[in-house]
Amino acid sequence: MKSLGNVRRSYAPWEDPEAKPYIRFDKITKRFGDFIAIQDLSLDVYEREFFSLLGPSGCGKTTLLRMLAGFEEPTSGEIYLDGQPLKGVPPYKRPVNMMFQSYALFPHMSVEANVAFGLRQEGMARADIKERVEQMLKLVKLERFAKRKPHQLSGGQRQRVALARSVAKRPKLLLLDEPLGALDKKLREETQFELMDLQQELGLTFIIVTHDQDEAMTMSDRIAVMDAGVVSQIGTPAEVYEAPNSRYVADFIGSVNLFEGTVAGTANGTVRLAGPDGFDIEVADDRDFATGSQVALAIRPEKITLSRHRPESGNAASGEAWEIAYMGDVTNYIVKLDGGKMVRASTLNRQRSVDNPIGYDEQIWISFAPDGGSLLDE
Amino acid sequence: MGNAFRRITIFIPYFWLLVFFLLPFLIVFRISLSILEYGSPPYVPQFDLSAGWSGFWDNLRLLNFENYQFLATDALYRNAYISSLTIAFFSTLMTLAIGFPLAYGMARASEGLRPILLMLVILPFWTSFLIRVYAWIGILKPEGLLNQLLLWLGVIDAPLTILNTNTAVYIGIVYSYLPFMVLPIYATLEKLDYALIEAAQDLGCTALAAFWKVTLRLSVPGIAAGCLLVFIPAVGEFVIPDLLGGSRTLMIGKVLWTEFFNNGDWTISSALAMVLLTVLVVPIVLFQNAQAKATERQK
Ligand SMILES: Nc1ncnc2c1ncn2[C@@H]1O[C@H](COP(=O)(O)OP(=O)(O)OP(=O)(O)O)[C@@H](O)[C@H]1O
Ligand SMILES: [Mg+2]
Repeated sequence: MKSLGNVRRSYAPWEDPEAKPYIRFDKITKRFGDFIAIQDLSLDVYEREFFSLLGPSGCGKTTLLRMLAGFEEPTSGEIYLDGQPLKGVPPYKRPVNMMFQSYALFPHMSVEANVAFGLRQEGMARADIKERVEQMLKLVKLERFAKRKPHQLSGGQRQRVALARSVAKRPKLLLLDEPLGALDKKLREETQFELMDLQQELGLTFIIVTHDQDEAMTMSDRIAVMDAGVVSQIGTPAEVYEAPNSRYVADFIGSVNLFEGTVAGTANGTVRLAGPDGFDIEVADDRDFATGSQVALAIRPEKITLSRHRPESGNAASGEAWEIAYMGDVTNYIVKLDGGKMVRASTLNRQRSVDNPIGYDEQIWISFAPDGGSLLDE
Repeated sequence: MGNAFRRITIFIPYFWLLVFFLLPFLIVFRISLSILEYGSPPYVPQFDLSAGWSGFWDNLRLLNFENYQFLATDALYRNAYISSLTIAFFSTLMTLAIGFPLAYGMARASEGLRPILLMLVILPFWTSFLIRVYAWIGILKPEGLLNQLLLWLGVIDAPLTILNTNTAVYIGIVYSYLPFMVLPIYATLEKLDYALIEAAQDLGCTALAAFWKVTLRLSVPGIAAGCLLVFIPAVGEFVIPDLLGGSRTLMIGKVLWTEFFNNGDWTISSALAMVLLTVLVVPIVLFQNAQAKATERQK
């Protein structure tokens, strides 16, 4: 579900086996000398999708975009755009624009001329260029800086010029390599929403690289979490967050508690774990795990409830508050269980917590429902 | 202490300019305003310290612009200036035409290869300039290497007359000044961020258009520096036209030499030098401006 003004529509072409992907990475491998930057990667992106690439530095995100834009050729495999193989198509013939991580602004041109560059190149009429440039500069809130040269701008302003320049041509496919990283929180959020609006309004397809999970969560239809040249998981923000498929993804997105344990038995959609971390856990999961296999339960801090008394049902363990961070809307706790394990819990401050907060030096209980987390065997 | 040190370090270049540029300049200027007289020293008036302030003022009153008027009346000088500027201009263009592709190739070469290529460009400086120009006589003369090669290849039947013509002067200048063109252009091209060219292509430029709009445009400071480093000394060049040029090769450097050493006319040669300097001040100022702009852009 995604908002477009007040209209909400559901958009999930990836669930439709008939849907044709707009971009298809088919078993792509990219080597630089001996180094494998991308390894046997397959990935589909659909038309009008807002797709995010998330992953640690050096995992190959930029390389993936550069292959799409035409600056690198895959060592093996094929990329298809709208069903057509892209091999050998020069960058200027691809309906793709890219915002460079290094911005790559033309130092000899004003902000205005930078933004207009692509439009001039395609031979747009002067008046239209002027109008489009104004619109773009408004989008990134740089109207007042139109005449400046890039070296007269701050880092964040430069980043916005680069963004405006890549969006200006309204390419069918826009590749944004960390487009908002240098902006402050407020400006970043505003720009995020404007980008989303623009994408919806013009029906563009966006692939965006970001280090900011919140950004990926807010903007994306789907997220691909990458790890050293491979995709670990692709899914909607909710899927990736609530049902990570590996310890790596669980750990990478948001904060998470991992309870390592041995499967003690499975029955009726319930898996029982014997945890070396001090307590036994029941998890709602209808997969069939072999008894004795090593698995981990990943559970988010906000799924954990804190109480002064042992709750009637659910998984529970006792401990004491080790660290308390009051954030206003929520309070984050680190609880040290009796067995020694540290657990993160986060509670919504629905009542004024000054009245009777859980504090240090008291015996408390953590608890969570059997369906609060997900079991990982990878 | 730190402050004093800074003041001294700032003072040194000014002192250098004062002693080795401004003072000689004033002396030459003063001689250009004097009157020729054979014998030693070959011009009047001479300042006589014993005559005191009044003698100094009398002397100043004797200085005049007659030498400059003479330069204007004799077509030889005007032609020499025009010919020098023409030869320098076209040699600069030719040096650019050869130097730019060289520099471009060097800047695009792999990182390991670049220092070697750079070394090769600088290597000729290790041999004396004079010897290198002499070597060209051996190459260009009627029975020289070039003619023998062309004859052997069957391209020509009779040796070409290259030595002692303007062609030889062009060859000599282009050869001698090529490094001064290549080095500044290489310096700008090497710093050029390749992502800019990619960005231009991404926004719809063909490789050629991207070269034109980005690479070439951004190497303008280097091209300007290279052109001036070639043009300015080429205008005043004396050795090359003297050794390689013919009797009809007219260049101001040669005229100056003749006036000074053969005719012993210090005053006219000083006036010639002053005019040459004035003519060159324009490109020098342009050069300074280009440099200032380039450094500002880098900030
Ligand atoms: N031209 C190249 N030659 C050699 N190795 C390269 C080249 N380009 C990228 N790499 C390597 O490929 C890997 C992936 O690089 P890439 O730029 O795609 O990372 P990234 O995911 O964008 O990282 P970041 O988040 O830091 O931007 C890195 O280890 C990098 O060193
Ligand atoms: Mg990157």
